Amino acid sequence: MKLAIWTYEGPPHVGAMRVATAMQGLHYVLHAPQGDTYADLLFTMIERLPHRPPVTYTTFQARDLGTDTGELFKRTMRDAYERYRPEAIMVGASCTAELIQDDPGGLGRTLGLPIPVVPLELPSYQRKENWGASETFYRLVRAFAGPNAPAPGTSRPAREPGRRPSCNILGPTALGFRHRDDVIEIERLLDRLGVEVRVVAPRGATPTQLTLLGEADFNVVLYPETAEVTARWLEKTFGQPSTRTVPIGVGATRAFIREVAELAGIDPAGALADAESRLPWYSRSVDSTYLTGKRVFVFGDGTHAVAAARVAAREFGFEVVGVGTYDRTFARDVRAVAEEFGAEALISDDYLEVEARIAELRPELVLGTQMERHIAKRLGIGCAVISAPVHVQDFPARYSPQMGYEGANVLWDAWVHPLMMGLEEHLLGMFRGDFEFHDGAGASHHGAPATAAPTEPEPVAAANDADGPSWTTDADKELRKVPFFVRGKARRNTESYAREHGVATITIETLYDAKAHFAR
Amino acid sequence: MSTAIRTAQNPLDATGCGDAPVLRERGQREVFCGLTGIIWLHRKIQDAFFLIVGSRTCAHLMQSAAGVMIFAEPRFATAIIDDRDLAGLADANDELDAVVDKLLDRRPDIKLLFLVGSCPSEVIKLDLSRAASRLSRRFAPRVRILNYSGSGIETTFTQGEDNCLASMVPEMPASPAGAPASLLVVGTLADVVEDQLRRRFDELGIGPVGFLPPRRAGELPAVGPATRMLLAQPYLAETARLLEERGAQRLEAPFPLGVEGTTLWLKAAADAFGVPAERFERVTERPRQRAEAAVARYRDTMAGLSVFFFPDSQLEIPLARFLARELGMRPIEVGTPYLHRSHMAADLALLPSGTTLSEGQDVDRQLDRCHAAAPDLVVCGLGLANPLEAAGLATKWSIELVFTPIQGYEQAADLAELFARPLARRRRLEV
Repeated sequence: MKLAIWTYEGPPHVGAMRVATAMQGLHYVLHAPQGDTYADLLFTMIERLPHRPPVTYTTFQARDLGTDTGELFKRTMRDAYERYRPEAIMVGASCTAELIQDDPGGLGRTLGLPIPVVPLELPSYQRKENWGASETFYRLVRAFAGPNAPAPGTSRPAREPGRRPSCNILGPTALGFRHRDDVIEIERLLDRLGVEVRVVAPRGATPTQLTLLGEADFNVVLYPETAEVTARWLEKTFGQPSTRTVPIGVGATRAFIREVAELAGIDPAGALADAESRLPWYSRSVDSTYLTGKRVFVFGDGTHAVAAARVAAREFGFEVVGVGTYDRTFARDVRAVAEEFGAEALISDDYLEVEARIAELRPELVLGTQMERHIAKRLGIGCAVISAPVHVQDFPARYSPQMGYEGANVLWDAWVHPLMMGLEEHLLGMFRGDFEFHDGAGASHHGAPATAAPTEPEPVAAANDADGPSWTTDADKELRKVPFFVRGKARRNTESYAREHGVATITIETLYDAKAHFAR
Repeated sequence: MSTAIRTAQNPLDATGCGDAPVLRERGQREVFCGLTGIIWLHRKIQDAFFLIVGSRTCAHLMQSAAGVMIFAEPRFATAIIDDRDLAGLADANDELDAVVDKLLDRRPDIKLLFLVGSCPSEVIKLDLSRAASRLSRRFAPRVRILNYSGSGIETTFTQGEDNCLASMVPEMPASPAGAPASLLVVGTLADVVEDQLRRRFDELGIGPVGFLPPRRAGELPAVGPATRMLLAQPYLAETARLLEERGAQRLEAPFPLGVEGTTLWLKAAADAFGVPAERFERVTERPRQRAEAAVARYRDTMAGLSVFFFPDSQLEIPLARFLARELGMRPIEVGTPYLHRSHMAADLALLPSGTTLSEGQDVDRQLDRCHAAAPDLVVCGLGLANPLEAAGLATKWSIELVFTPIQGYEQAADLAELFARPLARRRRLEV
């Protein structure tokens, strides 16, 4: 048993949902108790998807546990098939359903539906979300591409002469950190290199398209968290090599281009020469001098943390004082990069431990997840988000990839802006008495430690015009219950109401008379 | 169960939906589990901590359901059960004790700790009531430890609060024999609303007045045969039952949503405490009139529009009553996760007859009915709102209705605004 306040990853079935929701024509029937449907809102609210995730839950309750929950599962699955008519169905259990051992896979097969049924075994009490996404993708690819595998030992036929080299892009899911835009950026890059993209999966792929995965010459693994296991299987089964470099930052993008060129047997010179990022010049521009040696703490999933640490050190000139990940699977990579920059590695999914480490290291910038954004806010440190777990603001309206040359431009803007705010905050901190910053609020939404509430009462009297209405103590106390960010407006409205109605002394009643008067 | 004192009168003397048939459905329920109530309960009781004994899913729900993570360190956490606990390699009780030690060590300010049961803890039959009494003995008198179930197999959304409050009922002191009548307001209210109501009761000469839950663990009100209770929330079946067992008498009234609901709710107390009609009128006239005027401004845009409620918090029936009677809206279907006929009687009587009442859910079929009805406004949970918006329907997320002060006269117009805003927004947008 482990005490958790916040978690970096959800349970593994949420990883499966990220794969199912990313794909087309696939439905997921999940044996789960009432309440587990909360996961839908991750997709409809955080990612703002205009449709429900393709997931049907059994939502059993205590009264169902005394009856045949297996029958409930079968009925749910049959109804889901009739209603949605998917190309294929995945079946599985959430943590509670795992305990009642109904075997959704076995039950699913007995229904005899005329479509493929892929059973998922995702052990909820051992594994987490990223593992669940990876395992789900692997099971799907094995189920759909597997039947097209050549006999073991068959060597891969050479590409037909004159035919463009081709690849698949593996890894992007729903609810991924900037996956939507990374895919566009990398497709453009591959196109410029003259490489044809056959299948992008899971994002956007149908089960039928997965059957074609073996046809491409090689695989581009954008998110090893989701796709590395699958890519290894494809390599073994179809003889398809895959990329190892994740193209985040200018250096990694160049390395990625060279790697792809080698796998495709083409000349990378063109793609390396044109369309460079603005990052190198912006970093060399004299106004960036102040960035030199800024102390930065990096935390995220393995891939993004490693990439961010390298970019921070080599492309921004920051000093990496700490780097870590919540995903033990990537501990080795993260330790290696920490050693490279003489920083300490932190491998932990304990939010409090991460917070303590940040507080101890006192960095000037945190590159982390939404969780570190909260930590940084509390500690008054600037922060940019570089990795899942994501929040609604990690789905920006504008095109903002993390990968490729445009991705490097995005990194430049996102990482430097919290630091620029620093100057402004000094000014705000110097003039803390400013009437617009009450309640001991931090100097801005970006940081500055929350200070103690001002000891002196708010200047009620000063806010009253000499000939204006005055406030009774009770009314003033009541006013303070109004959230501080609208309190000023409430005060002004009440006073103007009092003036209009010839009320000399504002009582609680006046306050609410005015509130009702100005309602809407 | 029905020791209710009937005082609230239906002004129109109509039967409304009092005897209306109910469409009962079993299928996928797109609702939260009872753990979600912790999101407001942990802010309300300022020295209480909520420890969910559950899975990673529970922890993930808690941080996802709030929509945002809370800036300050929350007074809730999850003890995540792992495979060692399940395989019997670790004694789950020892593990739980260790987690509680660590937690109380970190948070010495905590006076009341709730062990909250979840689906997995209940399926593996982890006995949290024994754990709570064991730990209570260890930490007495510094910390009191209670337990309740917020699991999805036992509770739907707001029923979690019901179980939480129910777990506190045995802790409430008994009012002394011969104590004068006292009023107990039951159900979490925003502090500002509680203060307003307390003032209103003072003006009416009603007192002493206690609130459950209290703001601090040590301020539990007394209960006994002289206690008259007003439910401030409609989802408190078990809490009310236990309070009745301790002698409290429930005052029947509609819930204090909207001007009419608030007036009838206050009137129920006034009648029970023998407040003269003239005094009631004097005290309530001004706030009632200004609230009526403020609400009336929404009527022009809202009257005649149809509204469809998906089940969520059990607030649906009183809300539909408010929208129908004070804004002139037309409820098409009012879904509720659970229909408590006697607690809801006064509200049902005021709901326009012909409204479809549904209990439970088969979300796909309900969505079919909703699309067919093409209502002007849909009240639904977060999982459904954007998909319905994308299909061209205006929606109001229901969770905001439990996170916003909406009860009482001073909030009546705010409540109207919550429903008016999605429609106003659509009128403004040209893209």
